[in-house]
Amino acid sequence: MAQDAGLGKTADGGELVLSDHDGLSVEAVTSIVKEALGTMEGDINGPDLRVLQEIQSISDYIAKSKREVAAIRPDKISSEHIPAATDELDAIVLATENATNSIMEAAEVIESVAEKSDAETSQVLVDAVTAIYEACGFQDITGQRIGKIVGVMQNIETKITGLVEAFSDEIEKLKAEMPDEEETPEVLDDSDLLNGPQLENDAQSQDEIDQLLASFD
Amino acid sequence: MAVDLNMPVLIVDDYKTMLRIIRNLLKQLGFNNVDEAMDGGGALAKLRQKEFGLVISDWNMVPMTGIQLLKEVRADEKLKAMPFIMVTAESKTENVVAAKEAGVSNYIVKPFNAATLKTKLTAVIGNF
Repeated sequence: MAQDAGLGKTADGGELVLSDHDGLSVEAVTSIVKEALGTMEGDINGPDLRVLQEIQSISDYIAKSKREVAAIRPDKISSEHIPAATDELDAIVLATENATNSIMEAAEVIESVAEKSDAETSQVLVDAVTAIYEACGFQDITGQRIGKIVGVMQNIETKITGLVEAFSDEIEKLKAEMPDEEETPEVLDDSDLLNGPQLENDAQSQDEIDQLLASFD
Repeated sequence: MAVDLNMPVLIVDDYKTMLRIIRNLLKQLGFNNVDEAMDGGGALAKLRQKEFGLVISDWNMVPMTGIQLLKEVRADEKLKAMPFIMVTAESKTENVVAAKEAGVSNYIVKPFNAATLKTKLTAVIGNF
């Protein structure tokens, strides 16, 4: 293949290897080698050329990796996806806390009724209320577990922010080439409509939905 | 000696829900004089202001954790004999060992039930 590429053999008879996945044209390689040769003084032997070629190969590999990492758009992961996921987790904690408090309030009402009931009925009610109190402990446990997940995500976010800084030039190029404004399709299918529960700030109230429905009349 | 059910009990947890659960369970057991704090620092301030008969504290709180609160209590000449029960989701051996070494009176792992709470209370303050 090296001979096909027109590079022939090195001064000491060693064969230059240029693999297909290097993705460089013969002209590009020739240009790089000439440029490198121009900077060198004295005799250049086979091993020198091989080192040059290895350096070029590593350089190409790094450039390719940077493009691939940039294509993942790590900037969006740290600026959009992780904050959105964290907001959803916070919303879970808040929702379970509110629900648990509502359950506990109802249980406390039942307990107050138990105090006014006959002994047998009271015991049954108190036992049931106790079971409710015990079960409500789930909110604390799930809250702590979610807190741990949020901590892990913040850690990932920090790492990705570092990645974004390191690859900022490639990411900017990619942004220029592929603007990421998502166009709303003319016809929405099921998958476009499955957004799940909205966060409180994004959600429409029942009143707003009623008004929207009324606007069709 | 009989346990005074009117003794002030301090419960410490950063989850309001858990404070409410413990308060209600204590009420069912006959303890009506219950005060609350949401972190170790707030608890320590209350302990130094008023005389309590028992502390029931979570571990995982900020800025002062339950174990730090326990160490502060044990290091305080006036508070060092205070019965102190840790109620926590931290169930690793090293946690229990650390709490014991810091002078915890007993240890309850979340989630817990009313029966466990009563058993541990009895072990620490006596029958009631």
